Amino acid sequence: MSTRSLSKGCFVFKPSPKKRKVSRTTAYYFREGSSDLEDSELRFATCQSLQKQVKSETEQIEEELNEQLFDNLVSFLRRSHSAFQEKKTEWTCRTKSREIPTAALVLGVNVTDHDFTFRSLSEVLQNNVTPYIALLEAKDCPGIKNLMQKLLGQLMNCCIDVDSSEEEDYEHVSRSRVRCSMTTLINWYESATKRTDSETPGKKRTSSRHWQSPPVVVIFKDMESFTTKVLQDFVVISSQHIGEFPLVLIFGIATSPMIIHSLLPHSVSSLLCIELFQSLSCKDHLSTIIDKILLTTQFPLKLSEKVLQVLINIFLYHDFSVQNFIKGFQLCIVEHFHSNPLSVLCCQLEEAKRRVNSLSHNQCENVRRLPSFRRYVESQVSEKQIALLTVDSSLKEAVQKLLEDLNVYHENYFPILRCLHVFTSSLPKYPLGKQIRELHCACLENRVWETEEYESSLQLARMLNKSDLVTMLQKCVEILVSSPGREFDEIVEKLKEFLTQFQKLEEAYQERDESISPQKELQKKTNLYHLQKTLLELKESRRSKKLTKFEMLRFEVVDYIDSLVRHYLVPADHKTLHEIVYFNTASVLREHLNAAPRIALHTALNNPYSYLKSEALKSDGGSISNKAPDICIAYKLHLECGRLINLADWLEAFSTVVTAAEGPTADAASSDQVDDVIHARFIRAVSELELLGFIKPSKQKTDHVARLTWGGC
Amino acid sequence: MSLAECRSAGALEVKFVPDEDVLRHIADDAGIKVQKGKNQLIANPKRFVKKLEAISDDEAQEVLEEKSYVAVLGVCGEESMTNGSSVGGGEVYTFQTPKRSNKMAELASELAQTPGQSAVPDPSKCPEKTAKTPQSSKRSSSSQVQQKTKKNEFVSTTPYRLRKRLADAQLESESEYSASCSEEEEGEEAQKEVSTVLSHQKTPAKTKAVSTPPSRKTLTKKKDNMNDLVEEYFEAHSSSKVLTSDRTLQKLRRKRLNQQTLHDLLQKSPLAYAAEIKELNQQYESLFSKWMLQLHLGFNIVLYGLGSKHDLLEKFRTSMLQDCVHLVVNGYFPSITVKSVSVLNSITEEVLDHIGTFRSPLDQLEFIMKRFKEDSSLELYVLIHNLDSQMLRGERSQQILAQLSSLPSIYLIASIDHINAPLMWDQAKQSLYNWLWYETTTFSPYVEETSYENSLLVQQSGSLALSSLTHVLRSLTPNARGIFRLLAQYQLENKDNASYPGLSFQDFYQQCREAFLVNSDLTLRAQLTEFRDHKLIRTKRGADGVEYLLIPVDDSTLSDFLEKEDEDI
Repeated sequence: MSTRSLSKGCFVFKPSPKKRKVSRTTAYYFREGSSDLEDSELRFATCQSLQKQVKSETEQIEEELNEQLFDNLVSFLRRSHSAFQEKKTEWTCRTKSREIPTAALVLGVNVTDHDFTFRSLSEVLQNNVTPYIALLEAKDCPGIKNLMQKLLGQLMNCCIDVDSSEEEDYEHVSRSRVRCSMTTLINWYESATKRTDSETPGKKRTSSRHWQSPPVVVIFKDMESFTTKVLQDFVVISSQHIGEFPLVLIFGIATSPMIIHSLLPHSVSSLLCIELFQSLSCKDHLSTIIDKILLTTQFPLKLSEKVLQVLINIFLYHDFSVQNFIKGFQLCIVEHFHSNPLSVLCCQLEEAKRRVNSLSHNQCENVRRLPSFRRYVESQVSEKQIALLTVDSSLKEAVQKLLEDLNVYHENYFPILRCLHVFTSSLPKYPLGKQIRELHCACLENRVWETEEYESSLQLARMLNKSDLVTMLQKCVEILVSSPGREFDEIVEKLKEFLTQFQKLEEAYQERDESISPQKELQKKTNLYHLQKTLLELKESRRSKKLTKFEMLRFEVVDYIDSLVRHYLVPADHKTLHEIVYFNTASVLREHLNAAPRIALHTALNNPYSYLKSEALKSDGGSISNKAPDICIAYKLHLECGRLINLADWLEAFSTVVTAAEGPTADAASSDQVDDVIHARFIRAVSELELLGFIKPSKQKTDHVARLTWGGC
Repeated sequence: MSLAECRSAGALEVKFVPDEDVLRHIADDAGIKVQKGKNQLIANPKRFVKKLEAISDDEAQEVLEEKSYVAVLGVCGEESMTNGSSVGGGEVYTFQTPKRSNKMAELASELAQTPGQSAVPDPSKCPEKTAKTPQSSKRSSSSQVQQKTKKNEFVSTTPYRLRKRLADAQLESESEYSASCSEEEEGEEAQKEVSTVLSHQKTPAKTKAVSTPPSRKTLTKKKDNMNDLVEEYFEAHSSSKVLTSDRTLQKLRRKRLNQQTLHDLLQKSPLAYAAEIKELNQQYESLFSKWMLQLHLGFNIVLYGLGSKHDLLEKFRTSMLQDCVHLVVNGYFPSITVKSVSVLNSITEEVLDHIGTFRSPLDQLEFIMKRFKEDSSLELYVLIHNLDSQMLRGERSQQILAQLSSLPSIYLIASIDHINAPLMWDQAKQSLYNWLWYETTTFSPYVEETSYENSLLVQQSGSLALSSLTHVLRSLTPNARGIFRLLAQYQLENKDNASYPGLSFQDFYQQCREAFLVNSDLTLRAQLTEFRDHKLIRTKRGADGVEYLLIPVDDSTLSDFLEKEDEDI
């Protein structure tokens, strides 16, 4: 069946039912498209499990991060609710106060992450506070009527969730019929609460979860995009009824809290009793994610420096979206397992060792082809080399050992990285970066101790004062003690020794201070001359003085840290078999996540040779060959024009070029025919350019088109 | 025209100036007593050379320089394919520089030369008055071109003359150009330098010129980058008047092509580089199963790049989706809509077998989302050709499509072509779409996509509109036809009036009465309703509340229609 039709633009294809059963699984496509068939099932399974793991982990992290915020919100709801409860009893209060308790939730510009926050927020509220929650989005509510409709719909539906299912039909009917007004809302609320009240003995579980006469929470997901009028109307109307049922508003704000006042006039905003809540900034959010997901040994897949840089750049320069960052990471996982046959070994160590044993011969060859493994082989003695290159079993043994090494390397790498970060993050001007991710990138890129930045940070570290140094050492000890690495006992011992030395120094100083102080008091009565003399002496002594004990110790500490760095923070691509666990094709990632369609178009039009590998198109210098595709020639010509293009001139120029290109073959007799063909080709090229958005028809002058792009060329 | 702008501090600008331009300057210099105005006309179109490198005749060094130039650029075709962002943004979108209309012809003459050869336009062959008709000059030009190329020693005299002729048409309005004297100065400066260079190679004979490499690089220091840009911008947009030649296609005396002949002609001319294009396509076809995998993993796929992606997607459909429920949406179809008519309805009616209507597309969308969430066995592949088409690019359509695509069991694969297509999506939509971008530059002609395009610019035959007009009219009573004719004639009489609002109902009624076509305004109204239902006319209410009637067809079609009607009668 064709999809080309003059009367229809949409075509549905349904396979016959018996055919449909043979629907292919995702694993099938994984296998099909994979570059190498080896172990594809196993790889796919590993990939899936890893993805799932990452997903649950990130979700958990996000929940933890939001916990504080949600706690605050819940306590706010409780406070406002108790106020309502009190008011209920006092008639006077009830009539006077019309303020709606409102929580302004400042979430930051990363709009794409908000969805998740709101979802978990409503979950939390649903579980702990109230069943009556409505989530409103601006795009659903162009008018107050739609807003009320949506609100009632959501509230009544959630009521159904609590209720038994047999009433559903009744509710459904009433919903569509009901006139959406505040009164219906109130009536519904009263009946709903009454019903739950009366049913309380029967349904202990549900009622204990929620508070008595639970508040109705209305969440405006994207406050900024609501039209002012809708918001105003809603606030004014509901403030009229605030005494009759407990309403709480939550505004999701992406920009700044000032937006409330610019959206709502004073008369309206005075009806709100606003409390401000600030969510965690997306930057902190990202650091936590990176910290918990990338800087651990928990997940076998690691990102190389370039890949990480791409992901971070997309985050920092494009969207600030943590969700997108995670998406990028997920894509890395898929790409890695999809493109690399050896990724089958990218799993936890024990499992990987087991898998090594069952590697096929082809896979062994794949291992031998790895550049890092070749380097390793070259460094071995010749007999060993032969064994590694020819005997599969000895290769497997070696691979097991190397994998173990790699694992140990990672186990040591991260704690030491954190220790180094403790030092560098407190230095002035942060030569190695403020965030641990920057440090991580620097370490992955090349030997960090060879960089200038590292040098200067060591210099700075040698000037730290004692209290800072002590706290840093303590932090390092904490980090190392809590990490699972096996080799750290020694280091911890050493660090503790430093700490005690500092302690001793302190005591010594104190003693000295006590001994000096009486002298000073004696000197107080000397004259100016004496004072000058003593000062000079002091100065002299300071200059000549060798390093104090403290300074010696400080040097020692810094040198020790330096030695640790040199030993443990070797860049990963110096490690054998790093290709198995590191994903490093950053270009793929950038192509798919951060594509540049305009540049692709530009390149194709300007330099068709980069796509069509034909010798005829090869052109040196700046210009394109006149044998280029029609559209390229038309594009080139149109670049020479201003805002308007005369089609007649354009056609003339086009045919000049094209006839020249075809020159020898065209004979004069059929020139009329040729002209028509060229004319047709020109029309095609021009309409293609129109489709691409370079030109549009213009009515300013006959036979002219307007150019839509600037400059170029 | 490779140009790289290093946007760092102290930015350098490197630019190619083709040999031809350089030589042209000298030629004109030599061709004594060139008026200032003329000088301007031939001033190089590009922003000009400020500092010229000492150029030696030594080929080897030339090559060397070329290499270092590439190194400076850090960009070559290969690279830009692999990592797309290597082409700086500045290269693609610089501000517009004021350009002359004759530059196109100039460039054409440049391009017309076979690459590797350069031309020396002979100043003596520079006639001031070539009063030939465009047609004849064209003919002669093409014949000369052939002649010359046969000799394999091409001299672009005719295009040059053509350019001159174009220039003549412009001479009187030249004073408008003088605002951009800075460019002229630069041009002169460059000329001087070039002439010193050329004095090296004493004999500017053709053979010599041929031996010189096709282009020289010149280093241009960009002084105050920002200032220049701002000035250029305002210069380009200062006057609403744009200078172009007044020639029209009518003067070329080409017969207009209609859709059918156009199609036939294009079928006749072979597709250039078919083999290479096929190779490209094969490369993309190997990605099909990867696409399927990624679709299944929750991503959606968007294809971009020059060339029609219709065939590629079609191939994808036939090879991968035969056993699945799928929906193909031709975005370029003129009356496609997301909302009520096409896409959502196709899903609810044909995929979900739902009978019934919805109050609003949002309701419909909700219904679809609910169904797909409930029934996890439901899967739907959606292929959209031209997601950025006129009809689908609206904010609401995109929102609905984005929401649809965010469902885990709906797999969307779409293509975009417009250069500004990504601007359709804000962050929220992009995250709903969850795109994975794939570059599929195919270079295939946009046959399907442009065939619906009504405008087709000037060549618009209006045959479709015409045939529908005649079709509908044929089914009407003679009186009704007469009424329509009246309106059409009136509209044609007023075609030169740009602010023609249409024929007011009262006037129209009066005319119809006079022609004995209607006897009461009720019958006329009934007739008009019928026209309106067939979209033959449009009514507009003027500022004074009077109803105006218009036929929404362009004038040429309308006159064709009237001619045809006359023949029939």
